[in-house]
Amino acid sequence: MKSIKTYLSTVAIAATLALPASAETFKFAYQGDAQGLDPHSLNETFTLGLLGSVYEGLTKYNSNLELQPALATSWETTSPTTWKISLREGVKFHNGNDFNADDVIFSWQRTLTEGSDQKVRGGMITGIEKVDDHNIIMSTSGPLPVIMQEMTFLYIMDKEWSEANGAAESGNVKNANDPGYATSHANGTGPFSIVERQPGVRTIMERFDGYWDKGVSTNVTRVEFTPVKEAATRVAALISGQLDLVYPVPVQDWSRLEDAAGVRPLAGPEARTIFLGMDQARDELLHSSVKGKNPFKDIRVRQAFAHAINLDAIDEKVMRGAATPTGLMVAPQINGFSSSMNTPYAYDPAKSKALLAEAGYPAGFTVTMDCPNNRYVNDEKICQAVTSLLAKVGVTVDLLAQPKAKYFGKVLEQGGYDTSFYLLGWTPGSIDAHNVFQNLLSCQNHEEKLGAFNLGNYCNARVTEITKLIGSETDQAKRQALIEEGFKLVQDEVGYLPLHQQPLSWGANDKVTVSQRADNVLDLRSVVIGK
Amino acid sequence: MLTFIARRMIQSVLVMIAVGLITFGLLRFVGDPISNMVGQDTSIAEREQLKEDLGLNDPFVIQFANFAKNAVKGEFGLSYTLRVPVSQLLSERLPATLELSIMSALLALFIGMPMGIYTAIHKDSWLTKFFLSSSLVGVSLPTFLIGILLILLFGVVFRWLPTFGRGEVVDLGWWTTGLLTWSGIKSLILPTITLAIFQLTLIMRLVRAEMLEVLRTDYIKFGRARGLSMRALHYRHALKNTLIPVITITGLQLGSIIAFSLITESVFQWPGMGLLFIQAIGNADVPIMAAYLVLIAFIFVAINLMVDILYVVLDPRLRTTVGD
Repeated sequence: MKSIKTYLSTVAIAATLALPASAETFKFAYQGDAQGLDPHSLNETFTLGLLGSVYEGLTKYNSNLELQPALATSWETTSPTTWKISLREGVKFHNGNDFNADDVIFSWQRTLTEGSDQKVRGGMITGIEKVDDHNIIMSTSGPLPVIMQEMTFLYIMDKEWSEANGAAESGNVKNANDPGYATSHANGTGPFSIVERQPGVRTIMERFDGYWDKGVSTNVTRVEFTPVKEAATRVAALISGQLDLVYPVPVQDWSRLEDAAGVRPLAGPEARTIFLGMDQARDELLHSSVKGKNPFKDIRVRQAFAHAINLDAIDEKVMRGAATPTGLMVAPQINGFSSSMNTPYAYDPAKSKALLAEAGYPAGFTVTMDCPNNRYVNDEKICQAVTSLLAKVGVTVDLLAQPKAKYFGKVLEQGGYDTSFYLLGWTPGSIDAHNVFQNLLSCQNHEEKLGAFNLGNYCNARVTEITKLIGSETDQAKRQALIEEGFKLVQDEVGYLPLHQQPLSWGANDKVTVSQRADNVLDLRSVVIGK
Repeated sequence: MLTFIARRMIQSVLVMIAVGLITFGLLRFVGDPISNMVGQDTSIAEREQLKEDLGLNDPFVIQFANFAKNAVKGEFGLSYTLRVPVSQLLSERLPATLELSIMSALLALFIGMPMGIYTAIHKDSWLTKFFLSSSLVGVSLPTFLIGILLILLFGVVFRWLPTFGRGEVVDLGWWTTGLLTWSGIKSLILPTITLAIFQLTLIMRLVRAEMLEVLRTDYIKFGRARGLSMRALHYRHALKNTLIPVITITGLQLGSIIAFSLITESVFQWPGMGLLFIQAIGNADVPIMAAYLVLIAFIFVAINLMVDILYVVLDPRLRTTVGD
């Protein structure tokens, strides 16, 4: 049998024994575990968020999701497709190796290897030229104004370490015999190094003394991360003082945390927008009482749905007032957001009924709604609320709420977009509206990789055109005007029914201060434990 | 005798194949694992390729044949979400589950038995009435609720005991144990009680019923007529005859304690096999689910096989009839 504990560095263990008296241990729990330590084999928020304390990209986000230099110190465009980037000097990896341009080139190439799930990010770069050890010139396939945002989650690995340990290629989940050395070992430039990891049980990190940023605010020297699946168990462990921070906390439990001594709920707006989508492509809906035609092709029906849904009621009753009702498909933190356009459709059931009658459905109709029940905050309850709100205007919704594995298998492209009406949530990974245009608002186009998550195929040629334009427009004012034009079209045509930005819901001990990032990433750099 | 054992072995193998087939068939309906294995930006083509490479598009018969071929070798592939070989995960988690299960079985046995004896001998005492009525609670409350109540009371209100995890464990190389550290022992208390309560009430009621039965038999009456002390009658003669069915049931129950520890494990975030399985369901992590179900089936089949063989060894009447 293999030894259970994966000790990554004997040096780190020695460091444990010699901890200073002011050692601060920070214990936190999340509902799941990181899916391996390889920074390139999965492009998923929690995994990359946890690894963000161990590995770093060329850039990083601060607590307000503003772009900051990290391993790069400055960058400028020398032509629309070339970027001159200076790299930080004096940066060390956890094993003591120096960080330099070769590591950047190596990491980029590694994201393009077979097992990598970062091929989309890596593929934006067409070449990196080394000028000297700390200067590179990066070329992109076209003008890419958001490339430095994308670099925040393209983590840099040590070339020498990776090659010496047979980890020059990204860990590959398909390879049953060898998950890859870097899946269970890590060597980054971040403020914490991993000293022990038992997948699904716990991960222990120690402060890296050689971290380049001496101004980092955290005073934590040791981090113990435990995945705790049951929400009730997480909350109990926080209240009893065994954990310093847990997330997510069910919105229903906030009052318990407020009443309990020594702990508090931490709430904030998340950059994730929850919305409803409708099948606007098929000539007949797959799951509806209406035969021979598709009611959602009629804009009046879509408007009727928009006016039937009471966003404030959903916020108050289902989300305990913690959500932010929205009229746009992006959150305020996202580049491209426009506050003047963020007015939701007015709640007006009378108008809704009139519109339905006008469209030829005075008695309403029946449609099946697909909904996940373990993916977003209170997802199933939101769908139930939508069901009863639509019942008031005569539309009967058959709710099909399923666990995410079943839900996504049905509604995504692999399942043939098998849905007529659905609830989905989206956070643009690049913190830029372009990602939303590309995945949700463009017409489905398999070859051009557009509209892949536009499950109902809302389609307007101009919006698709705008998607391409803002992908390469570098003039910020022009770009913003295009984005707003696109949002306006989607709103006028009721392409989607945005509901709200869901709340971030964490719980923390009173002695812990932490900044709560809107992408739901816990940045350990910001954790300070008081007395 | 040997023919009997051989026949039973063949039956066990058939049962294992049937269980494997059924579980594998059911796992096709747990949903799409791919969306949990890639990020939202991953292209559809990449997703399709991944599905193809993992063999998820193969016909059922081929998938099952591959699975069975590897399972016989003890290989269950790589966990989709934890990205570690499943056999390694299971062997890491097995000690936690077994330690919890065995401690619970022992607790149930050593508390349930005396309670059963007491309630049989002192039929009308108030303590008997208390034991019997409170045992109803133990039988009727779901494990999940008992666990949460214990956490609230001893973890949150009194703060005497940890509410989750295994505490500090000692790695013996081939086994990890929480029994050698103070925090490990403290962590074991609440889950053990939660898991034991149902078994405890079962054993108590079983012992009581058997004991009452035995106390009514002629040899007890003759013993009393002969002038044996009540003490000797109860504890030497009656108890011995009560224990035979109790031991059988307890042995068989060990299998279900191991199998059904998953609820207790998930309430206490106990890092055992059951928790691994529950987490795998949420992510449609097929390799873990398949391996776990096959392993549990194997434990049941093995225990039953042993019990069958033991019966033959213990009971000469069975031996002659099956020997023909």
